[in-house]
Amino acid sequence: MAANVTTEDILRISGVNPRKCMKCGKCSGTCPAYDEMEYHPHQFVYMVERGQIDKLMQSKSIYRCLTCFACLERCPRNVEPAKLIEAVRLAVIRQQGMNHMTENDIPALLDDKLPQQAIVSAMRKYKK
Amino acid sequence: MTYSYYPGCTLKTKAKGLDRFGRLSAEALGVQLEEIENWQCCGAVYPQASDEIATKLSAIRALDAAKGKGQKLLTLCSACHHVIKRVNHDMQTDANLRQKANNYLQLETPYLGEAEVVHYLEMLRDEVGFDNLRKAVKNPLKGVKIAAYYGCLLLRPSGVMAFDDPECPRIIEDFVTAIGATPVIYSQRNECCGGYMALEDKPAAQKRVDAILKSAKDAGAELIITACPLCMYNLDANATANVLPVKYFTELLYQALGLEGKEGE
Ligand code: SF4
Ligand code: SF4
Ligand code: SF4
Ligand code: SF4
Repeated sequence: MAANVTTEDILRISGVNPRKCMKCGKCSGTCPAYDEMEYHPHQFVYMVERGQIDKLMQSKSIYRCLTCFACLERCPRNVEPAKLIEAVRLAVIRQQGMNHMTENDIPALLDDKLPQQAIVSAMRKYKK
Repeated sequence: MTYSYYPGCTLKTKAKGLDRFGRLSAEALGVQLEEIENWQCCGAVYPQASDEIATKLSAIRALDAAKGKGQKLLTLCSACHHVIKRVNHDMQTDANLRQKANNYLQLETPYLGEAEVVHYLEMLRDEVGFDNLRKAVKNPLKGVKIAAYYGCLLLRPSGVMAFDDPECPRIIEDFVTAIGATPVIYSQRNECCGGYMALEDKPAAQKRVDAILKSAKDAGAELIITACPLCMYNLDANATANVLPVKYFTELLYQALGLEGKEGE
Protein backbone atom coordinates (compact mmCIF):
# COMPACT_ATOMS: atom_id res chain seq x y z
CA MET A 1 0.00 0.00 0.00
CA ALA A 2 1.76 3.06 -1.29
CA ALA A 3 -0.24 5.83 0.33
CA ASN A 4 1.08 7.17 3.58
CA VAL A 5 -2.05 7.50 5.63
CA THR A 6 -1.58 8.90 9.12
CA THR A 7 -3.60 8.87 12.33
CA GLU A 8 -4.37 12.53 11.67
CA ASP A 9 -5.84 11.72 8.24
CA ILE A 10 -8.14 9.12 9.73
CA LEU A 11 -9.21 11.38 12.57
CA ARG A 12 -9.93 14.19 10.14
CA ILE A 13 -11.99 12.02 7.77
CA SER A 14 -13.90 10.34 10.60
CA GLY A 15 -14.28 13.20 13.04
CA VAL A 16 -13.62 10.69 15.85
CA ASN A 17 -11.59 11.28 19.01
CA PRO A 18 -10.18 7.85 20.05
CA ARG A 19 -8.87 9.27 23.35
CA LYS A 20 -12.41 9.25 24.70
CA CYS A 21 -12.34 5.43 24.63
CA MET A 22 -12.23 3.75 28.06
CA LYS A 23 -11.60 0.29 26.54
CA CYS A 24 -14.74 -1.29 27.92
CA GLY A 25 -15.14 -3.46 24.81
CA LYS A 26 -18.87 -2.90 24.55
CA CYS A 27 -18.59 -1.97 20.87
CA SER A 28 -16.99 -5.30 20.00
CA GLY A 29 -19.32 -7.17 22.32
CA THR A 30 -22.35 -5.91 20.42
CA CYS A 31 -20.90 -6.08 16.89
CA PRO A 32 -22.83 -8.51 14.65
CA ALA A 33 -19.78 -8.90 12.39
CA TYR A 34 -17.39 -9.70 15.26
CA ASP A 35 -16.66 -13.29 14.16
CA GLU A 36 -15.92 -12.17 10.62
CA MET A 37 -13.39 -9.53 11.66
CA GLU A 38 -9.67 -9.89 12.18
CA TYR A 39 -9.56 -6.55 14.03
CA HIS A 40 -12.65 -5.72 16.08
CA PRO A 41 -14.25 -2.31 16.63
CA HIS A 42 -12.40 -1.55 19.90
CA GLN A 43 -9.11 -2.54 18.21
CA PHE A 44 -9.76 -0.05 15.42
CA VAL A 45 -10.02 2.61 18.11
CA TYR A 46 -6.66 1.94 19.73
CA MET A 47 -4.84 0.94 16.55
CA VAL A 48 -5.79 4.21 14.89
CA GLU A 49 -4.62 6.07 17.98
CA ARG A 50 -1.29 4.24 17.88
CA GLY A 51 -0.81 4.89 14.18
CA GLN A 52 -1.16 1.27 13.05
CA ILE A 53 -3.12 2.42 10.02
CA ASP A 54 -1.34 0.20 7.47
CA LYS A 55 -2.35 -2.97 9.28
CA LEU A 56 -5.96 -1.85 9.32
CA MET A 57 -5.86 -0.80 5.67
CA GLN A 58 -4.58 -4.21 4.65
CA SER A 59 -7.12 -6.12 6.71
CA LYS A 60 -10.34 -7.52 5.25
CA SER A 61 -12.03 -6.32 8.45
CA ILE A 62 -12.74 -2.98 6.80
CA TYR A 63 -15.13 -4.71 4.41
CA ARG A 64 -16.92 -6.69 7.11
CA CYS A 65 -18.60 -3.85 8.95
CA LEU A 66 -22.37 -3.90 8.26
CA THR A 67 -22.81 -0.25 9.18
CA CYS A 68 -25.51 -1.27 11.62
CA PHE A 69 -24.51 1.50 14.06
CA ALA A 70 -24.79 -0.80 17.09
CA CYS A 71 -21.26 0.07 18.28
CA LEU A 72 -21.95 3.73 17.76
CA GLU A 73 -25.27 3.68 19.62
CA ARG A 74 -24.08 1.54 22.51
CA CYS A 75 -20.67 3.05 23.24
CA PRO A 76 -20.91 4.68 26.67
CA ARG A 77 -18.33 7.30 25.65
CA ASN A 78 -19.76 8.21 22.26
CA VAL A 79 -16.54 7.27 20.45
CA GLU A 80 -18.36 6.07 17.29
CA PRO A 81 -16.05 3.23 16.18
CA ALA A 82 -18.07 2.67 12.96
CA LYS A 83 -16.86 6.04 11.70
CA LEU A 84 -13.22 4.97 12.12
CA ILE A 85 -13.82 1.78 10.16
CA GLU A 86 -15.50 3.82 7.43
CA ALA A 87 -12.59 6.28 7.35
CA VAL A 88 -9.97 3.53 7.00
CA ARG A 89 -11.97 1.89 4.24
CA LEU A 90 -12.28 5.22 2.43
CA ALA A 91 -8.53 5.77 2.79
CA VAL A 92 -8.11 2.52 0.84
CA ILE A 93 -10.77 2.78 -1.86
CA ARG A 94 -10.08 6.45 -2.58
CA GLN A 95 -6.70 5.37 -3.95
CA GLN A 96 -6.26 4.66 -7.65
CA GLY A 97 -7.25 1.11 -8.57
CA MET A 98 -8.21 0.06 -5.05
CA ASN A 99 -11.92 -0.64 -5.50
CA HIS A 100 -13.01 -3.66 -3.51
CA MET A 101 -15.87 -4.46 -5.88
CA THR A 102 -17.16 -2.86 -9.10
CA GLU A 103 -20.23 -3.10 -11.35
CA ASN A 104 -18.49 -5.89 -13.26
CA ASP A 105 -18.61 -8.13 -10.20
CA ILE A 106 -22.35 -7.67 -9.67
CA PRO A 107 -23.94 -9.90 -12.37
CA ALA A 108 -22.34 -13.01 -10.87
CA LEU A 109 -23.79 -12.13 -7.45
CA LEU A 110 -27.36 -11.42 -8.55
CA ASP A 111 -30.43 -13.47 -7.88
CA ASP A 112 -33.92 -12.44 -8.92
CA LYS A 113 -35.04 -11.26 -5.50
CA LEU A 114 -31.99 -9.17 -4.63
CA PRO A 115 -33.12 -5.56 -4.10
CA GLN A 116 -31.37 -2.62 -5.81
CA GLN A 117 -30.66 -1.32 -2.34
CA ALA A 118 -28.09 -4.08 -1.77
CA ILE A 119 -26.24 -3.25 -4.98
CA VAL A 120 -26.36 0.50 -4.44
CA SER A 121 -25.08 -0.03 -0.88
CA ALA A 122 -22.22 -2.23 -2.03
CA MET A 123 -21.15 0.28 -4.67
CA ARG A 124 -21.14 3.04 -2.06
CA LYS A 125 -19.16 0.91 0.35
CA TYR A 126 -16.70 -0.78 -1.97
CA LYS A 127 -15.81 1.62 -4.75
CA LYS A 128 -15.03 5.21 -5.58
CA MET B 1 -52.49 16.42 5.26
CA THR B 2 -50.42 16.26 2.07
CA TYR B 3 -46.85 14.97 2.17
CA SER B 4 -44.03 15.07 -0.36
CA TYR B 5 -43.38 11.39 -0.89
CA TYR B 6 -39.94 9.95 -1.60
CA PRO B 7 -40.38 6.32 -2.70
CA GLY B 8 -36.76 5.49 -3.55
CA CYS B 9 -35.47 3.23 -6.28
CA THR B 10 -36.10 -0.14 -4.66
CA LEU B 11 -39.79 0.64 -4.15
CA LYS B 12 -40.04 1.17 -7.89
CA THR B 13 -38.58 -2.25 -8.63
CA LYS B 14 -38.16 -5.17 -6.23
CA ALA B 15 -40.25 -3.71 -3.43
CA LYS B 16 -43.28 -2.52 -5.39
CA GLY B 17 -45.58 -4.02 -2.77
CA LEU B 18 -44.18 -1.88 0.02
CA ASP B 19 -44.95 1.18 -2.10
CA ARG B 20 -48.33 0.19 -3.57
CA PHE B 21 -49.88 -1.02 -0.31
CA GLY B 22 -48.50 2.08 1.40
CA ARG B 23 -50.04 4.46 -1.13
CA LEU B 24 -53.45 2.78 -1.22
CA SER B 25 -53.64 2.60 2.56
CA ALA B 26 -52.65 6.24 2.96
CA GLU B 27 -55.36 7.25 0.53
CA ALA B 28 -57.93 5.24 2.46
CA LEU B 29 -56.81 6.99 5.65
CA GLY B 30 -57.20 10.43 4.07
CA VAL B 31 -53.46 11.13 3.77
CA GLN B 32 -52.24 12.52 0.44
CA LEU B 33 -48.85 11.42 -0.85
CA GLU B 34 -47.45 13.54 -3.68
CA GLU B 35 -44.44 11.91 -5.23
CA ILE B 36 -41.48 14.28 -5.49
CA GLU B 37 -40.70 15.04 -9.14
CA ASN B 38 -37.42 13.81 -10.56
CA TRP B 39 -36.14 12.42 -7.28
CA GLN B 40 -32.83 10.61 -7.47
CA CYS B 41 -31.62 7.57 -5.56
CA CYS B 42 -30.40 8.59 -2.13
CA GLY B 43 -27.46 6.16 -2.30
CA ALA B 44 -28.82 3.71 0.29
CA VAL B 45 -26.04 4.17 2.84
CA TYR B 46 -25.42 7.34 4.77
CA PRO B 47 -21.96 8.75 4.00
CA GLN B 48 -20.36 8.88 7.46
CA ALA B 49 -17.12 10.63 6.58
CA SER B 50 -16.99 14.31 7.49
CA ASP B 51 -15.58 15.23 4.05
CA GLU B 52 -18.34 13.65 1.93
CA ILE B 53 -20.37 16.26 0.04
CA ALA B 54 -21.38 14.98 -3.42
CA THR B 55 -22.87 11.78 -2.02
CA LYS B 56 -25.37 13.84 0.00
CA LEU B 57 -26.68 16.01 -2.83
CA SER B 58 -29.51 13.80 -4.06
CA ALA B 59 -31.02 13.73 -0.56
CA ILE B 60 -30.67 17.51 -0.32
CA ARG B 61 -32.46 17.99 -3.67
CA ALA B 62 -35.40 15.92 -2.41
CA LEU B 63 -35.46 17.85 0.87
CA ASP B 64 -35.44 21.15 -0.97
CA ALA B 65 -38.32 20.01 -3.18
CA ALA B 66 -40.41 19.25 -0.08
CA LYS B 67 -39.46 22.59 1.44
CA GLY B 68 -40.53 24.34 -1.79
CA LYS B 69 -44.00 22.86 -1.47
CA GLY B 70 -44.20 23.58 2.23
CA GLN B 71 -44.70 19.89 2.90
CA LYS B 72 -43.12 17.31 5.13
CA LEU B 73 -41.05 14.71 3.32
CA LEU B 74 -42.44 11.22 3.84
CA THR B 75 -40.34 8.09 3.40
CA LEU B 76 -41.21 4.42 3.51
CA CYS B 77 -37.99 2.46 2.91
CA SER B 78 -35.93 2.31 6.14
CA ALA B 79 -32.72 3.00 4.24
CA CYS B 80 -34.04 6.07 2.41
CA HIS B 81 -35.43 7.33 5.68
CA HIS B 82 -32.09 6.89 7.40
CA VAL B 83 -30.08 8.64 4.68
CA ILE B 84 -32.46 11.56 4.15
CA LYS B 85 -33.08 12.18 7.84
CA ARG B 86 -29.37 12.19 8.64
CA VAL B 87 -28.41 14.37 5.70
CA ASN B 88 -31.09 16.83 6.79
CA HIS B 89 -29.63 16.82 10.28
CA ASP B 90 -26.20 17.52 8.80
CA MET B 91 -27.64 20.45 6.85
CA GLN B 92 -29.01 21.83 10.11
CA THR B 93 -25.82 21.37 12.11
CA ASP B 94 -22.77 21.29 9.81
CA ALA B 95 -21.92 24.75 8.47
CA ASN B 96 -19.20 23.40 6.20
CA LEU B 97 -21.54 20.99 4.41
CA ARG B 98 -24.26 23.64 4.26
CA GLN B 99 -21.95 26.07 2.50
CA LYS B 100 -20.39 23.59 0.08
CA ALA B 101 -23.65 21.87 -0.83
CA ASN B 102 -25.40 25.18 -1.46
CA ASN B 103 -22.47 26.50 -3.50
CA TYR B 104 -22.79 23.46 -5.65
CA LEU B 105 -26.57 23.32 -5.97
CA GLN B 106 -27.13 27.08 -6.58
CA LEU B 107 -30.77 26.95 -5.46
CA GLU B 108 -32.90 30.08 -5.55
CA THR B 109 -32.76 30.21 -1.79
CA PRO B 110 -30.15 28.15 0.05
CA TYR B 111 -31.37 24.97 1.72
CA LEU B 112 -30.67 25.10 5.45
CA GLY B 113 -32.39 21.97 6.70
CA GLU B 114 -35.90 23.43 6.89
CA ALA B 115 -37.84 20.37 5.73
CA GLU B 116 -39.12 17.79 8.19
CA VAL B 117 -38.53 14.10 7.44
CA VAL B 118 -41.26 11.71 8.55
CA HIS B 119 -41.38 7.96 8.19
CA TYR B 120 -44.69 6.38 7.19
CA LEU B 121 -44.94 4.71 10.60
CA GLU B 122 -44.45 8.07 12.32
CA MET B 123 -47.21 9.49 10.13
CA LEU B 124 -49.49 6.65 11.29
CA ARG B 125 -48.59 7.26 14.92
CA ASP B 126 -48.51 11.05 14.98
CA GLU B 127 -50.94 12.21 12.34
CA VAL B 128 -53.51 9.45 11.88
CA GLY B 129 -53.02 8.17 15.45
CA PHE B 130 -53.10 4.48 16.33
CA ASP B 131 -56.48 4.89 18.07
CA ASN B 132 -58.02 6.24 14.88
CA LEU B 133 -56.28 3.57 12.87
CA ARG B 134 -57.86 0.93 15.11
CA LYS B 135 -61.27 2.45 14.38
CA ALA B 136 -60.58 2.42 10.62
CA VAL B 137 -59.69 -1.29 10.62
CA LYS B 138 -62.33 -3.43 8.90
CA ASN B 139 -60.56 -6.79 8.96
CA PRO B 140 -58.71 -7.04 12.26
CA LEU B 141 -55.95 -9.63 12.02
CA LYS B 142 -57.20 -11.32 15.16
CA GLY B 143 -54.96 -13.79 16.90
CA VAL B 144 -52.03 -13.51 14.49
CA LYS B 145 -48.76 -13.35 16.41
CA ILE B 146 -46.50 -10.88 14.67
CA ALA B 147 -42.83 -10.12 15.25
CA ALA B 148 -41.93 -6.53 14.41
CA TYR B 149 -38.46 -6.39 12.91
CA TYR B 150 -36.84 -2.97 13.27
CA GLY B 151 -33.32 -3.74 12.11
CA CYS B 152 -30.85 -0.91 12.45
CA LEU B 153 -31.58 2.02 10.24
CA LEU B 154 -34.85 3.30 11.67
CA LEU B 155 -33.52 3.43 15.21
CA ARG B 156 -29.81 4.28 15.14
CA PRO B 157 -28.17 6.61 15.89
CA SER B 158 -31.06 7.50 18.16
CA GLY B 159 -29.81 11.06 18.75
CA VAL B 160 -30.46 11.89 15.10
CA MET B 161 -33.15 9.40 14.08
CA ALA B 162 -35.34 10.14 17.15
CA PHE B 163 -37.67 7.41 15.89
CA ASP B 164 -38.27 5.52 19.11
CA ASP B 165 -36.40 4.13 22.11
CA PRO B 166 -33.42 2.47 20.34
CA GLU B 167 -33.28 -0.52 22.69
CA CYS B 168 -36.94 -0.92 23.56
CA PRO B 169 -38.97 0.44 20.65
CA ARG B 170 -42.74 0.04 20.48
CA ILE B 171 -44.02 1.88 17.41
CA ILE B 172 -44.31 -1.22 15.20
CA GLU B 173 -45.78 -3.25 18.08
CA ASP B 174 -48.36 -0.48 18.58
CA PHE B 175 -49.10 -0.66 14.88
CA VAL B 176 -49.56 -4.43 15.14
CA THR B 177 -51.98 -3.96 18.04
CA ALA B 178 -53.89 -1.28 16.13
CA ILE B 179 -54.56 -3.65 13.22
CA GLY B 180 -55.93 -6.20 15.66
CA ALA B 181 -53.00 -8.64 15.77
CA THR B 182 -50.78 -9.61 18.70
CA PRO B 183 -47.21 -8.27 18.86
CA VAL B 184 -44.43 -10.61 19.93
CA ILE B 185 -41.42 -9.12 21.71
CA TYR B 186 -38.08 -10.83 21.01
CA SER B 187 -34.50 -9.86 21.71
CA GLN B 188 -33.17 -9.68 18.14
CA ARG B 189 -35.73 -7.23 16.82
CA ASN B 190 -33.23 -4.36 16.68
CA GLU B 191 -30.13 -6.30 15.61
CA CYS B 192 -28.81 -6.25 12.04
CA CYS B 193 -30.00 -8.73 9.39
CA GLY B 194 -26.63 -8.72 7.64
CA GLY B 195 -27.57 -5.95 5.22
CA TYR B 196 -25.51 -5.73 2.04
CA MET B 197 -23.19 -8.52 3.27
CA ALA B 198 -25.71 -10.74 1.46
CA LEU B 199 -23.68 -9.96 -1.66
CA GLU B 200 -20.17 -10.71 -0.53
CA ASP B 201 -20.63 -13.24 2.23
CA LYS B 202 -23.92 -15.06 2.14
CA PRO B 203 -23.10 -17.35 5.10
CA ALA B 204 -22.52 -14.28 7.31
CA ALA B 205 -25.96 -12.93 6.38
CA GLN B 206 -27.50 -16.37 6.90
CA LYS B 207 -26.05 -16.51 10.39
CA ARG B 208 -27.59 -13.17 11.33
CA VAL B 209 -30.95 -14.09 9.83
CA ASP B 210 -31.01 -17.41 11.64
CA ALA B 211 -30.40 -15.69 14.98
CA ILE B 212 -33.22 -13.21 14.31
CA LEU B 213 -35.74 -15.78 13.13
CA LYS B 214 -34.90 -18.18 15.96
CA SER B 215 -35.40 -15.42 18.51
CA ALA B 216 -38.76 -14.47 16.93
CA LYS B 217 -39.94 -18.07 16.63
CA ASP B 218 -38.96 -18.91 20.20
CA ALA B 219 -41.14 -16.02 21.32
CA GLY B 220 -44.07 -17.54 19.40
CA ALA B 221 -44.14 -15.44 16.23
CA GLU B 222 -46.03 -16.72 13.19
CA LEU B 223 -45.09 -13.86 10.93
CA ILE B 224 -42.38 -11.21 10.81
CA ILE B 225 -42.82 -7.72 9.35
CA THR B 226 -40.39 -5.05 8.14
CA ALA B 227 -40.19 -1.66 6.43
CA CYS B 228 -36.90 -2.36 4.64
CA PRO B 229 -36.49 -4.12 1.27
CA LEU B 230 -33.03 -5.40 2.19
CA CYS B 231 -34.26 -6.79 5.52
CA MET B 232 -37.11 -8.39 3.57
CA TYR B 233 -34.65 -10.00 1.20
CA ASN B 234 -32.38 -11.32 3.93
CA LEU B 235 -35.17 -12.60 6.17
CA ASP B 236 -36.67 -14.39 3.19
CA ALA B 237 -33.85 -15.49 0.90
CA ASN B 238 -31.19 -16.05 3.55
CA ALA B 239 -33.30 -18.02 6.00
CA THR B 240 -31.87 -21.50 6.59
CA ALA B 241 -32.75 -23.52 9.72
CA ASN B 242 -35.56 -21.25 10.89
CA VAL B 243 -38.17 -19.97 8.47
CA LEU B 244 -41.02 -17.51 9.01
CA PRO B 245 -43.26 -15.76 6.50
CA VAL B 246 -42.03 -12.17 5.96
CA LYS B 247 -44.25 -9.27 4.94
CA TYR B 248 -44.03 -5.53 4.57
CA PHE B 249 -46.01 -3.76 7.27
CA THR B 250 -47.93 -1.86 4.57
CA GLU B 251 -49.35 -5.10 3.18
CA LEU B 252 -50.90 -5.95 6.55
CA LEU B 253 -52.20 -2.41 6.87
CA TYR B 254 -53.82 -2.74 3.48
CA GLN B 255 -55.44 -6.05 4.45
CA ALA B 256 -56.63 -4.75 7.80
CA LEU B 257 -58.20 -1.70 6.18
CA GLY B 258 -60.24 -4.08 4.03
CA LEU B 259 -58.80 -2.81 0.77
CA GLU B 260 -57.98 -6.20 -0.68
CA GLY B 261 -59.83 -6.95 -3.89
CA LYS B 262 -61.24 -3.42 -4.04
CA GLU B 263 -59.14 -2.17 -6.93
CA GLY B 264 -58.94 -3.66 -10.38
CA GLU B 265 -55.51 -5.28 -10.45
S1 SF4 C 1 -17.61 0.90 23.47
FE1 SF4 C 1 -16.67 2.90 23.26
S2 SF4 C 1 -15.51 3.21 25.11
FE2 SF4 C 1 -15.99 1.04 24.98
S3 SF4 C 1 -14.22 0.14 23.93
FE3 SF4 C 1 -15.70 0.62 22.38
S4 SF4 C 1 -15.12 2.65 21.68
FE4 SF4 C 1 -14.13 2.33 23.63
S1 SF4 D 1 -21.33 -0.63 12.68
FE1 SF4 D 1 -19.88 -2.16 11.98
S2 SF4 D 1 -18.38 -2.29 13.57
FE2 SF4 D 1 -20.12 -1.26 14.44
S3 SF4 D 1 -21.30 -2.87 15.39
FE3 SF4 D 1 -22.09 -2.62 13.33
S4 SF4 D 1 -20.98 -4.07 12.08
FE4 SF4 D 1 -19.87 -3.84 13.99
S1 SF4 E 1 -32.20 3.78 0.04
FE1 SF4 E 1 -32.46 2.27 -1.34
S2 SF4 E 1 -34.38 2.31 -2.04
FE2 SF4 E 1 -33.93 4.13 -1.04
S3 SF4 E 1 -33.39 5.39 -2.83
FE3 SF4 E 1 -31.72 4.67 -1.88
S4 SF4 E 1 -31.09 2.86 -2.84
FE4 SF4 E 1 -33.02 3.38 -3.41
S1 SF4 F 1 -30.99 -4.91 9.39
FE1 SF4 F 1 -29.70 -4.56 7.67
S2 SF4 F 1 -30.93 -4.12 5.92
FE2 SF4 F 1 -32.07 -4.06 7.74
S3 SF4 F 1 -31.91 -2.04 8.41
FE3 SF4 F 1 -30.21 -3.02 9.36
S4 SF4 F 1 -28.58 -2.78 7.96
FE4 SF4 F 1 -30.41 -2.36 6.89
